[in-house]
Amino acid sequence: MNFTTPPYLSQNISVQRVMLRVLVALLPGIAVYVWLIGPAILVQIGLATLVCLLAEAAMLKVLKKPLALFLGDGSAIVTAWLIALSFPPLGPWWLIVVGCLFAIVIAKHLYGGLGQNPFNPAMVAFAICIVSFPALMSQWPPVGLKTGFADQLALIFGHGPLLDAMSSATPLDAMKTALKLGEGQATVAAVLSDASTFGRVAGRGWEWVSAAYLVGGLWLWQRKVIGWQLPMSFIAGIVLVSGGLWLWNPGQFASPLFHLFSGASMLGAFFIVTDPVSGCTTPRGKLIFGLAAGVIAYLIRVFGGYPDGVAFAVLLLNLCVPLIDLYTQPPIFGMKDGK
Amino acid sequence: MINWTETRDIFANGAWKQNSSLVQMLGMCPTLAITTSLVNGAMLSLATIFVMSLSGFVVSCLRNFIPHEIRIPVFIMIAAALVTVVDLVMAAYLPDMHKILGIFIPLIITNCLVLARIEAFAAKKDAIQSLLDGAFMGVGMLWTLGMLGGLRELIGAGTLFSGIDAVIPSLHALQLLPENYPGLLVAILPPGAFIVLAFMVAARNWIEATRAARAQLPMPAPTSAGGCH
Repeated sequence: MNFTTPPYLSQNISVQRVMLRVLVALLPGIAVYVWLIGPAILVQIGLATLVCLLAEAAMLKVLKKPLALFLGDGSAIVTAWLIALSFPPLGPWWLIVVGCLFAIVIAKHLYGGLGQNPFNPAMVAFAICIVSFPALMSQWPPVGLKTGFADQLALIFGHGPLLDAMSSATPLDAMKTALKLGEGQATVAAVLSDASTFGRVAGRGWEWVSAAYLVGGLWLWQRKVIGWQLPMSFIAGIVLVSGGLWLWNPGQFASPLFHLFSGASMLGAFFIVTDPVSGCTTPRGKLIFGLAAGVIAYLIRVFGGYPDGVAFAVLLLNLCVPLIDLYTQPPIFGMKDGK
Repeated sequence: MINWTETRDIFANGAWKQNSSLVQMLGMCPTLAITTSLVNGAMLSLATIFVMSLSGFVVSCLRNFIPHEIRIPVFIMIAAALVTVVDLVMAAYLPDMHKILGIFIPLIITNCLVLARIEAFAAKKDAIQSLLDGAFMGVGMLWTLGMLGGLRELIGAGTLFSGIDAVIPSLHALQLLPENYPGLLVAILPPGAFIVLAFMVAARNWIEATRAARAQLPMPAPTSAGGCH
């Protein structure tokens, strides 16, 4: 996956092992998620995993590829978990099924399978679903509303009407709407003072999920599964724009801390922009990719109409990867700056 | 005067072998933009059939009088006159449909399929053949755009023939999927056009490949992508 120049060192690391570590790194985030929302998210993860594996197996069979090798590498499971974690946890079952099918069948296998897909499959799933079902994809359960597991199952596998009563906008959306309705009167500080939505930093409860993703991500970095370039430049991208606007007008723009710990920032920084297949491969390219993705994610999130911008930012940058990689080739050993 | 085998060849060429949307990839702009429903796709194709068959006929009749050097502007003027006819007739008799198709009716003239058939066929063959070629190329476009529009409509909204009342007021759209079908909106949006068209091209290539394999013939060369609007 990574094309480098010599000297080559053998690395005892397979696709399967990388994927397994990514799954392990997601566990703290999932644990906090379960503690906040309840076991519904586990149902969604299980459903996503099942659908992704079935779709993967079907596509491998149709394309006459070795079934055991590709099913066992775990990449479909990583896609499934990322989809489940970025979709609303109490959404109807078919929402996640549609997302998973798009991710595996269209975004992954029709483009050539593992290692060939130009777009991040999980983000394709998110983009397709938020474009198709904007209302359902923006309904997140408020943290603290205790619903029983039976009710949650009824929401996922039952019918719609209950959902409206039990969902609210995400903290990001709430912030955007409050600022827009206030027409310059409402300030970030005043909006944030509503602790039942926003908690300490960036959304009651959700900030802890983000923190747990951060912990998992740092472990991945420590195990050298991911490099520092992509997550750090992504975070830097968000901090630069949000920090600049916040310093200029702290009344109308939330602090960088708020943006880092809300929405999909942390999940994006450590688990989504770091996708080795659809992202940049050169070290300098990774910095450009992460920085631009962070900036665009912030712009879509704050000035756009969608609740979060990470998916669209990553997909846009996926398109630019060949160009970025072309112009950021490291110099070959013994040559000066590529001449 | 009409040679049966030749006519059949022209038909097979237009409807399948050289299908404008699936093989030649010509006229992509209306193909992608207008096929939000079966009726829209079919109506635009019918208008294009009229323009293509008559422009083929007229150009073929005049082909010996058109100076070679300025043939392209002359072809375009002939086709543009016919497009104007379609535009005005539709505005007069099907005003609702005319409003929906809007700019895409005058834009038939920019559909390079029209000019391509005039230049490649009508400028060389006799008048009746050219008329048939234009019509059958249009038939190829009709079924492709109708199917593309129908699939997008069905996946995106769960209906078929929506907007038919703009053409035949006594008819109504069919609700094929249950009322509470949420509708995969992306199918109706522009990306859906690309995705569904890609599946149709793939299906056509697959059918051709299976046929070739069954006939123990060498595989046909993969059809080229890309084209113009």
